[in-house]
Amino acid sequence: MTRIFKHRLIWPIAALVALIVLNSISRPSFLSITITRGQLYGSLIDILRDSAPLMLVALGMALVIATRGIDLSVGAQMAISGSVALTIIADSKTPNSLGTVVVAILAGVAITLVFGLWNGFLVAVVGIQPIIATLVLMLAGRGIALLITGGFITTITSTPYAVLSQGHVLGFPVAFLVSAIAIAIVTVLVRRTALGVLTEAVGINPSASRLAGVRSRGIVWSLYGLSGLLAGMAGILYSSNIMAADANNAGINIELDAILAVVLGGTSLAGGKFTLAGTVIGVFIIQTLTSTITFLGVPPAVTPVFKAVVVIIVCLSQSQRMRGWISGLRPPKRLVVTTPNETPIATNRTTA
Amino acid sequence: MTLPSRKIYAVVDNNVVVEMKGISISFPGVKALDSVDFTLREGEIHSLLGENGAGKSTLIKALTGVYAIDSGSIQVLGVERRFANTADAQSAGIATVYQEINLCSNLSVGENVMLGHEVRGPFGIDWKATHAKASTYLNELGLHIEPRSPLSSHSLAIQQLVAISRAVVVDCRLLILDEPTSSLDRSEVEQLFAVMRRLKDRNVAILFVSHFLDQVFEISDRMTILRNGQLEGEYLVGAINRSTLISKMLGRELAELDLIGRAATRAIDRSGAPVLKVLGLGRKGSIEPVDLEVYDGEVLGLAGLLGSGRTELARIIYGADRADSGRVEVRGVPAHLSSPQQSAHHRIAFSSEDRREEGIIGDLTVAENLVLAVQAKRGWLQKVPRAQQQSIIDEYMVALGIKPNNPNALIRNLSGGNQQKVLLARWLATSPQLLILDEPTRGIDIGAKAEVQQLVARLAEDGMGVIFISSELDEVLRVSQRIAVLRDHRKVAEIDNAADVGVSSLVELIAKEGAA
Repeated sequence: MTRIFKHRLIWPIAALVALIVLNSISRPSFLSITITRGQLYGSLIDILRDSAPLMLVALGMALVIATRGIDLSVGAQMAISGSVALTIIADSKTPNSLGTVVVAILAGVAITLVFGLWNGFLVAVVGIQPIIATLVLMLAGRGIALLITGGFITTITSTPYAVLSQGHVLGFPVAFLVSAIAIAIVTVLVRRTALGVLTEAVGINPSASRLAGVRSRGIVWSLYGLSGLLAGMAGILYSSNIMAADANNAGINIELDAILAVVLGGTSLAGGKFTLAGTVIGVFIIQTLTSTITFLGVPPAVTPVFKAVVVIIVCLSQSQRMRGWISGLRPPKRLVVTTPNETPIATNRTTA
Repeated sequence: MTLPSRKIYAVVDNNVVVEMKGISISFPGVKALDSVDFTLREGEIHSLLGENGAGKSTLIKALTGVYAIDSGSIQVLGVERRFANTADAQSAGIATVYQEINLCSNLSVGENVMLGHEVRGPFGIDWKATHAKASTYLNELGLHIEPRSPLSSHSLAIQQLVAISRAVVVDCRLLILDEPTSSLDRSEVEQLFAVMRRLKDRNVAILFVSHFLDQVFEISDRMTILRNGQLEGEYLVGAINRSTLISKMLGRELAELDLIGRAATRAIDRSGAPVLKVLGLGRKGSIEPVDLEVYDGEVLGLAGLLGSGRTELARIIYGADRADSGRVEVRGVPAHLSSPQQSAHHRIAFSSEDRREEGIIGDLTVAENLVLAVQAKRGWLQKVPRAQQQSIIDEYMVALGIKPNNPNALIRNLSGGNQQKVLLARWLATSPQLLILDEPTRGIDIGAKAEVQQLVARLAEDGMGVIFISSELDEVLRVSQRIAVLRDHRKVAEIDNAADVGVSSLVELIAKEGAA
């Protein structure tokens, strides 16, 4: 039992379960899933589908944060990829052909990969602080998207493109499947290769990693590229949902939700150790929260406040000190680490 | 009613500014200061000496209120004081100037000097008078600096002097200068010394810390030597010579040092091309051009005091820092070692002296730390297969006796000695041909020390070239076949470690006067 409580994902999972319980009490239909013509429907399925763009963005964000960085430009990159894809489809003579749509998607994702690599170049090679380096594209990106669409909101009708957000495969929404595939690919990429552990090494101790021969520059650089690529895919899903390239509103504030999801999942903003599973749970927490807010009829104007309250509760529940206070109102323990045959070494005071 | 206290104390000792008695400070597992007495008198320049870990910085931090003392007493001008924080120490008249200057570089010189003590007129601060007063203070110290010029327009040396002149404004009784000369050139040092002498004439006590012994002998009136957290002694500057001082810092009488046994001196085959040949390798400001050769199976010791350039040399050889002159040959072939990856490619490994900041990846496991260099060499795409990881881990956990024998423990929870063994294993797993070890035995217990020394000797016997850096000269003597001596960022000698070479001869080489 105690082992379960010490698992580092226990609190995010508890928060998610609590939200689901809260929802199912206030509306019993919340948990029900119906099958209509071989397709799954229900509130939970909606959450899986609607969380897809945030999921893609948060996966990239988790890796960037692990390198001690941050990527503020993901929302703007979503706008860029949507604009590129929809402009290609709108300009095409065959908007309903699968070939056109595939080309459009690849072009949209390719361009954000390039922009992501640009961010990585600024951070890893030029040495600009990540928050500043990606702020540049966060601000400029929507302008670039507007340039691509010529200042308009490009709308299209394209059946294959609409499938991305409205279609079902094997009963599941396509958007959800896209995010599930992304989770699988990124997990394999970081855990089946050495990318994950080297990323953590760079995030925990950059100078030691460098001296150990780790090509930290290349790793950091490519992770920003990956973040751009995933944001691009998220932009495709978003634009498919509204069938329009809205440069001003696509992915607005999504960088903040993504950072939140990563942190809620238990990855420290200080970099180093990261957890993709935690990030996935963090995304579901945020998406469930959004749907709860809508259902509870909270006026849109106060939605951010409601969200903030929940986030504070989840973060507090993860704080060591807070947990110490709650469990018997004891004073927080001093951090003491021991190895079997050694005297304790306190970490809150170091020898000079 | 009169207060007699002042007079009573004055009778006790007229000159004492600060008297620390029986100061002890413990950190869990370490006694950083063990009942140390330390006295500072008016108008004297007092040097505090000791190798790394001797307790110098801990003593200074106790004196400036950074650390609370566990036992003992601190009297300032005869009044017992307890410093809870740095502000307490400052209000007691203790001012500190650190290596990194804590002034506001965007303000003018005058504003910095007078910060918090500006002259007030009827309409707020009277800037004209403030700057005039700053000018007076600066002139008193012999500094002719325009008080309205921005601080950032001046050199580091001048900024440091401005920081010192602030000490006059706040009317300090004790000025602590912690390594003030490390980044200054000779003429700047002269200027600093001139200011120090003027302050001395104003009866300010100055606590001076520097690892340049020439400077210590030039400027000090008195010196206190610490070793392993204990007081080694207090000496008037004329009463001690350089060699005695060094042996006191290292903690052994010279004769005794020579008796320590060492590995049999092996003959090294120097007929072929050396593993590493370094020609005129240098970097401005950290190490003057050096020539070195290391052959297969040879341990080249680098001896020298802290700050002599031994670490800097190791770092530029490895490519951790970039050299700005010279060239390198690996086995007779010109090589370009300007990054750790390039060195790793040439099978050259480097273990830093700073285990925590530049060695371990604290939040990763022992296993992950151990495999890191092998993994880094293969690149991220080719993960070291699980079986191979396991065999590396099994081999080195046992071979080096890493405890606890749990590869899944986080490395930061291991003791220093075991962390060091993991770091050595990290490099040995890459089978290097040249291993550069910077202070591999610092801060680890005696047993682990001996194990590391034996390991180095064994590796060399098996044919590996090793560059071995240590501030413990007997250790250098024990493992090295050749020894290069560094002083003041230069290589000053290179000797074969023959039977007639002892710690005393090394100390002589390190201490030789007239360096500059």
